[in-house]
Amino acid sequence: MLGLGVDRLQADINRLLTSLFHQGVLDEQFLQLQQLQDDTSPTFVYDVINIYFDESEKLLRSLRLLLMDREFSDYKKIGLHLNQLVGSSSSIGARRVRNVCVAFRSASELNNRPGCLRGLEVVEHEYHYLKNMMHELFQLEQQRLLAAGVRYPM
Amino acid sequence: MATKSMVDIEKTKKKINVLIVDDDPLNLQIHEKIIKAIGGTSQTANNGEEAVIIHRDGGSSFDLILMDKEMPERDGVSTTKKLREMEVKSMIVGVTSLADNEEERRAFMEAGLNHCLAKPLTKAKILPLINQLMDA
Repeated sequence: MLGLGVDRLQADINRLLTSLFHQGVLDEQFLQLQQLQDDTSPTFVYDVINIYFDESEKLLRSLRLLLMDREFSDYKKIGLHLNQLVGSSSSIGARRVRNVCVAFRSASELNNRPGCLRGLEVVEHEYHYLKNMMHELFQLEQQRLLAAGVRYPM
Repeated sequence: MATKSMVDIEKTKKKINVLIVDDDPLNLQIHEKIIKAIGGTSQTANNGEEAVIIHRDGGSSFDLILMDKEMPERDGVSTTKKLREMEVKSMIVGVTSLADNEEERRAFMEAGLNHCLAKPLTKAKILPLINQLMDA
């Protein structure tokens, strides 16, 4: 019975990942991260993704504060923040977030404030979708480990 | 060109010692893991100034330095120039982002890099350089 639970959960994990790759939410770089995870660092992917979430949310907050300021004109700072987001999203394989950040960056290079505001909304939307999907994935992983009788601190 | 696998690198028993210079905690975590997965050891510096101080103190020598380009305090270009002025002989590999244009990459190379790689880094990108070091 234990084996069936583990198998079912693994199938759910595989289905979710396949869907995320198919939608273009994740790309090959995410597989690279999974391949780096081993017995010496069994929560490596979880740890890295959480660093990404922490750093990204700081950047998104900063972007929103900058753009909400009526006197805003520092497009260079917007560009720097977006370079960081593009880089970190690429590093974890968050393809759709990365792509919408690139589009947002194009608006900032043209000093296009309405374009930047639209860009920010799109980035926030994609980021939150990714975050929800990752939480679902990690919950399934945790359930699978519990079903298999393994416990890692998370 | 044949490339060594992890097994081959382990067989030679030579541990590559790497300095990872990057202000991004995400990249530091990933790059450290890649180096460990390849069988090397690593130390980190959060910006170029820290990297210079590590070398000035003279405590460590590195086979390879992975140098991020954009960093506070001292960026990758300035750090690479400074390390070469200090006669640091390590292989220095610049790590650039998609935002960097050709002119910026050229300036980075001319600062004294041996190679330049684009993010995101992977084992497949780093292994050929490690092989070069092993063969040297």
